[in-house]
Amino acid sequence: MSFFSTLFLGIISAALVNNVVLSRFLGLCPFLGVSKKTSTAVGMGTAVIAVITLSSAITFVIDHFILRENLRYLRTIVFILIIAALVQTVEIILKKKIPSLYKALGVYLPLITTNCAVLGVAIDSAQKSYTFVETMVYSVGTAVGFLVAIVLMSGIRERIEHNDIPESFKGMPIVLVTAGLMAIAFFGFKGTIG
Amino acid sequence: MLIPILLACAVIGVISIIIGLVLGVMSEKFRIEEDPREHAIRELLAGSNCGGCGYAGCDAYAHAIVYDGADPTLCAPCHEKSKIGAIMGLDIKDTEKLVAFVKCSGNCHTALDNYIYTDGRDCRIAYSAPGHGAKKCGFGCCGLGTCASVCPHDAIRIIDGLAHIDRSKCMACGLCVSVCPNKLIEIIPDRAPYVVACSSKWKGKNVKAACSVGCIGCGMCQRVCEHDAIHVTDNLAKIDYSKCVGCGKCAEKCPCKIITIGHKE
Repeated sequence: MSFFSTLFLGIISAALVNNVVLSRFLGLCPFLGVSKKTSTAVGMGTAVIAVITLSSAITFVIDHFILRENLRYLRTIVFILIIAALVQTVEIILKKKIPSLYKALGVYLPLITTNCAVLGVAIDSAQKSYTFVETMVYSVGTAVGFLVAIVLMSGIRERIEHNDIPESFKGMPIVLVTAGLMAIAFFGFKGTIG
Repeated sequence: MLIPILLACAVIGVISIIIGLVLGVMSEKFRIEEDPREHAIRELLAGSNCGGCGYAGCDAYAHAIVYDGADPTLCAPCHEKSKIGAIMGLDIKDTEKLVAFVKCSGNCHTALDNYIYTDGRDCRIAYSAPGHGAKKCGFGCCGLGTCASVCPHDAIRIIDGLAHIDRSKCMACGLCVSVCPNKLIEIIPDRAPYVVACSSKWKGKNVKAACSVGCIGCGMCQRVCEHDAIHVTDNLAKIDYSKCVGCGKCAEKCPCKIITIGHKE
């Protein structure tokens, strides 16, 4: 296979087949918490793409050149430090340069610090000892998968609002049921690509 | 053994220092001039980012108050709205936390019954029975829990045939007030130091015959009050919460012990 078809397959695999939310169950809190309106879901998804891509690049460099051999066990704590600092930096820059986007993201931007999908991607690609290109493809694909999942979820939730749901299922229960059904639907991608 | 520990400390320490320096430089370089009013208002808001005001968080709401002329009274948990008003040059009154309060102390041990009432479905049905329910007192709590069944916050419990309100859960929505057939529940300020837990307008002798914890209208509280805050009208004491300072003399003197501390659970 040529370089580009491998690249494409890598992104599809990370985004759909091994969707970060619906088949690996990472990053569930923003997935459930910020999916009430499509506009905020898109904002959160794009912010996650930016943060995951940047943090994977930086953590790859750190993991490759600093955390060698017997310092491997420091991965988690160092990665968390890096991600938190990165989110802070992105926030500071956005506030100055693109205030409208900063305003639209509001409280969700700092919340990305605690999004376990971000840490999950960084640790996963470090453990699988991917090369730099593989890491970037994997992280962009995963982040796109997060965006797809959260936008789909917000679209469904906006419609659920207008339906006649039994009293006991209103609110979070029906959302969790929906998430389960979406996970089953995404399970259908299994086997399409290795 | 010691070297790996020191190495780990050194690595984390150096990374943290670098990150700290980078963040410090960034925040200095990308600093933007904020209106000091925005920060001051942000400090006054509840800070839980609940979104109840309709904005994306407390920061967004504070920003909207300063720049977009948003209504400064939307933060429900914030009770210092006059300070926000002062910052913005507007005249806004403070709001205070309100709670529902059951003006009756007659439980199954203290209040006597006229007859045995067996239909336990609804206070509003019991109220139509002779004497407004089984209790001898025609004003007392029927204790069948209609208020508890409508409470959306699960704040009302029926204990020994008397409704009790959990102040920590009560949001003063007033649903219980509207369903109580005896009009026993009143919305009062949460800070109210003392409350009169009785609604009986009967004369003292009749009250005594029906309930050991009823207001007999003796007027002792009115006499000892130095702040003109409690008055007996229609054989029932009533506290004016705007005047009450919480000295507790009325509660001390009350022969029936129905003036109680408001903050009790």
